[in-house]
Amino acid sequence: MTPLLQVKDVAKMYGRRIGCTDVSFDLYPGEVMGIVGESGSGKSTLLNCLAGHLEPDNGQVIFDTRAGGLADTVTMSEPERRMLGRTDWAFVHQHARDGLRMSVSAGGNIGERLMAVGDRHYGNIRERAADWLGRVEISDNRIDDRPTAFSGGMQQRLQIARNLVTGPRLVFMDEPTGGLDVSVQARLLDLLRGLVREMGLSAIIVTHDLAVVRLLADRLMVMKDGHVVETGLTDQVLDDPQHAYTQLLVSSVLQV
Amino acid sequence: MNDYNFAYLDEQTKRMIRRAILKGLAVPGYQVPFASREMPMPYGWGTGGVQVSAATLTPDDRLKVIDQGADDTTNAVSIRKFFEKTAGVDTTEETAKASVIQTRHRIPEAELREDQILVYQVPIPEPLRFLEPRETETRTMHALQEYGLMHVKLYEDISQHGAIATSYAYPVKVADRYVMDPSPIPKFDNPKMEMAAIQLFGAGREQRIYAVPPYTKVVSLDFEDYPFEATKADAPCDLCAAEDSYLDEVILDDAGNRMFVCSDTDYCRSRREAGHIGRLGTEAA
Repeated sequence: MTPLLQVKDVAKMYGRRIGCTDVSFDLYPGEVMGIVGESGSGKSTLLNCLAGHLEPDNGQVIFDTRAGGLADTVTMSEPERRMLGRTDWAFVHQHARDGLRMSVSAGGNIGERLMAVGDRHYGNIRERAADWLGRVEISDNRIDDRPTAFSGGMQQRLQIARNLVTGPRLVFMDEPTGGLDVSVQARLLDLLRGLVREMGLSAIIVTHDLAVVRLLADRLMVMKDGHVVETGLTDQVLDDPQHAYTQLLVSSVLQV
Repeated sequence: MNDYNFAYLDEQTKRMIRRAILKGLAVPGYQVPFASREMPMPYGWGTGGVQVSAATLTPDDRLKVIDQGADDTTNAVSIRKFFEKTAGVDTTEETAKASVIQTRHRIPEAELREDQILVYQVPIPEPLRFLEPRETETRTMHALQEYGLMHVKLYEDISQHGAIATSYAYPVKVADRYVMDPSPIPKFDNPKMEMAAIQLFGAGREQRIYAVPPYTKVVSLDFEDYPFEATKADAPCDLCAAEDSYLDEVILDDAGNRMFVCSDTDYCRSRREAGHIGRLGTEAA
């Protein structure tokens, strides 16, 4: 089976400081990969390099595109990369405000990606927007409300709907549950797990919350100071951590 | 003795503006940056249009200036006088006799010819501005033809008002390539933009010039199930009985009486002279 995404020796420097370096892994279709680590460990830098928001200084990010087979997203042209960004890829930001248009209604937010890939039928767009609102558990009658009128959890769910409406194959998530209270987090995780399984999505989830990766991720990558210190199956890494930093990380989780 | 260089601007400035105009004509709908000059009038009063007109005028030209279709409003009168004084060109109020027409917010009702130039005053040339505030991003979107966002605006219109409520500055796609702001003309005028005359757009404060060459395809954006409609007040002109012209509504008193009159004063006058009389009109003197 061809990996959906092959990452080879990706490195990003901020001047002399290391953002992330020597990162290599393969992601297979339907697989969810978690990246954990403390603040400043290079998780978000890596995610942004993979999603094309930052240009890595070194390495290849090879994606199995629907049309043209394997392609290096680092060297492909900007129009192609942006096209991927609104068809095959999705990016869920930590702060829903970064991923939503706050002055546009919920329906318009979901419809934007459809219109960006050429849908020009209002009825169809609205129907699919309503359908997706339902799938992320937001009631139909909120379709014309702006995200400013939504709670934090609803905004995050709306952001997910807006990203998944074009049926992407790879979802990048940057702390998708950050800033939400625990009960809302639990519902969001439940929803995400359902969508990922149902749509057969591959996902890369960056988080510092070990509970999130325990629930969602098949495989785990632990980062420290820009380096990958440990990789493995999620349960294996969390239950039997080998690297000193991973042991510290796992033992730092508060027990209730 | 003439105290001004012909048409106020110096020759080098006019060359610079002409280069921008030619580039604009070569790439229809593309916003060409130019070094807009300080003009002796405030921004928002047509500084962009005036500079384009100044670069376009020759001593043989005959200039007409309209503001919201009218030849006799402050803006139109002062710009006409400006060029009478600084260029010494002939001016006219008749559309058919003018070779250069500077306009604010309207296209004349009379069909324009190949030997005429229509110069628009543009307040905000970027059609994506209110959706995407970053200039770097809007430029990229134009370069890559990412115009889905324009339809988000129309989607919002329909979801809020049940129809596309945008009634002026209605976005158009020029020559199947660039999405362009046609300046705040009513959408009634949009279909007229596929015309024989050259159309030049000048935005002084925003420092942009763009153009539509003659007979260029200009398509108003819409949805398949909500097609574009050119709308106007559903009434004939009360002075000249014209059914086909864009109308202004005028409140007559505080008892609810009102009248509709052609916004194009020259068109209305010529119809009245030809003997058409509306509901409140009188015989032409």
